[in-house]
Amino acid sequence: MAGSNNDKIQGGLMGWIDGRFPLSSLWNDHMAKYYAPKNFNFWYFFGSLALLVLVIQIVSGLFLTMHFKPDAERAFASVEYIMRDVEWGWLIRYIHSTGASAFFIVVYLHMFRGMLYGSYKQPRELIWIFGVLIFLALMAEAFFGYLLPWGQMSYWGAQVIISLFAAIPIVGDDLALWIRGDYVIADATLNRFFAFHVIAVPLVLIALVVAHIMALHEVGSNNPDGIEIKKNKDANGVPVDGIPFHPYYSVKDIFGVGVFLIFFAIVVFFVPEMGGYFIEPPNFEPADPLKTPEHIAPVWYFTPYYAILRAVPSVAGSAFPGVAAMGIAVLIFFLLPWLDRSPVKSIRYRGPLYKGALTLFVISFLVLGWLGTQPATETLTMLARIFTAIYFAFFILMPIYTRMDSTKPVPERVTH
Amino acid sequence: MKKIIFALLFMLTPVLAQAAGGNVHLDSADIDLQNKDSLRRGAKLFTNYCLSCHSAQFQRYNRMARDLGMTDDQVINNLMFASKEVGETMTIAMPGEQAEGWFGVTPPDLSLTARSRGPDWIYTYLRSFYLDDSRPFGVNNLIFDKVGMPHVLWQLQGFQQPVYETTVDEDGKEHKAIVDLELVEQGSMSPAEYDQAARDLTAFMTYIAEPIRLERKRIGLWVIGFLVIFTILAYMLKKEYWKDVH
Repeated sequence: MAGSNNDKIQGGLMGWIDGRFPLSSLWNDHMAKYYAPKNFNFWYFFGSLALLVLVIQIVSGLFLTMHFKPDAERAFASVEYIMRDVEWGWLIRYIHSTGASAFFIVVYLHMFRGMLYGSYKQPRELIWIFGVLIFLALMAEAFFGYLLPWGQMSYWGAQVIISLFAAIPIVGDDLALWIRGDYVIADATLNRFFAFHVIAVPLVLIALVVAHIMALHEVGSNNPDGIEIKKNKDANGVPVDGIPFHPYYSVKDIFGVGVFLIFFAIVVFFVPEMGGYFIEPPNFEPADPLKTPEHIAPVWYFTPYYAILRAVPSVAGSAFPGVAAMGIAVLIFFLLPWLDRSPVKSIRYRGPLYKGALTLFVISFLVLGWLGTQPATETLTMLARIFTAIYFAFFILMPIYTRMDSTKPVPERVTH
Repeated sequence: MKKIIFALLFMLTPVLAQAAGGNVHLDSADIDLQNKDSLRRGAKLFTNYCLSCHSAQFQRYNRMARDLGMTDDQVINNLMFASKEVGETMTIAMPGEQAEGWFGVTPPDLSLTARSRGPDWIYTYLRSFYLDDSRPFGVNNLIFDKVGMPHVLWQLQGFQQPVYETTVDEDGKEHKAIVDLELVEQGSMSPAEYDQAARDLTAFMTYIAEPIRLERKRIGLWVIGFLVIFTILAYMLKKEYWKDVH
């Protein structure tokens, strides 16, 4: 990258290292001479917070792994052993269970930021694609992890999700059998889910996060004005509206970390179950393949997609259309950079059509999330269908309304 | 397979928080976990009345001693009947298959009941046994219909009889519903004393469901206190660095 060669320190230990490893230039390229727009607002905290939560999950997960037994006979008891007999085990476990929900909160807000300011638009399409892949990997990670405590909701939740794969025509049943490794969810399933949860998916996640950040630092960060700061450079080639990431954003993000950790600690120490949303009460009963719980509720972060699944009626006795709709509802995020035809990036300079559409989309996402926690009565199913339609309309009609929409003139320099 | 999916999707009627209980109204347990006397009374009730059929397989006797402010000897002499070592967990000698023969179902382990069903459910359950000749042990329970458990605490509470209310619907059919329970035979406790005993037992079961619950809020205050100071300092540092950004 630009100026790497000039960054080398010539003498001393650093000089010795720089002769053998690009330490100074890495530091400069990604921290001290990575110029970020100076007008980041509240929404820009969630990227670094997502990275923080990833680290929290890896570290707390590592310590849980030291005591957890991935064995259908012993898994449930080993979690209670962690909660009671392992020194500070309860804290590690609550940090990990709260971290799972925190990860989705932070990632959902981070994605919303991208939609507010058009951060997925050219030239940042690949950053967005890596981001959606991270979102998919995160969902897989949460799904595998939720089986491990081997409670009733772990077991029956996994049963429901695996049976979604079984709804795929022709190969479905064999696919579900292949995923489970047994005719029912059993020890083999728990063992392989553990392997995926602690090795395979975390590796993929880390690799994707590296790719996400490398792509970001290649093109540079977007900002609330949606302006390319690289278009205005001073004599030294430094963007005039840019400030070095370190120390400006490193200290700002540390403040964000503090605020985030206060909320995190409130949940961990005072309401670890979060009223049954973060840890569901039926999961305090050991998995029983012979006893279906009265209600099977997915964890809150899956409920919008669960509501979409239930909203789509079956065709010819097959639940596949619902399963397909749920899958498309997630995958359609990949297309966002090409569906959006607006000449401007930021919502600040877009017209009423996009503002209205985004508002409706957020409302539909929240309402679907709520509906996913509710019993499917006739009225609620009707509501779910309406909001599913709005959810998809936001994407499908986007090429039309973004092109029709009026725009305001975008300023040359960032505003405050 | 498709049938299973359908059955599953059909059953997926999720619920917000505390799942058990259905439409039944639950009374507020109003327990006080800071009240060690209440917890110790609950421990006594639990070990005397529950722990012969139900286990609490995750709760250690010596942990209970430490958390509830008792010595190991006090626990060994007064509360430990089935186990030999004070470091053991609260297991029972009754074999599961025999129990199933006697009660129709193996009495569940009670370590985590307060977390799976909630304290209010336990409190209400303990106060909702009523006389019912159709049941093997002569009692039924308002919030757990056809329960296999006898009214173990009858000597304390006595027996309650249901008060029925008959309503007639549009088709002229009569519906009989239990609207209240009245005490027909007083036990060794007054109703107020029994309510307190049920509350103590509920408090104890809430404790064994999560022993650290007695501690974690106190620890949490220190952690949050530290984080608040850290965040204020981080904010001041940020302000200082950003002075020259215009």
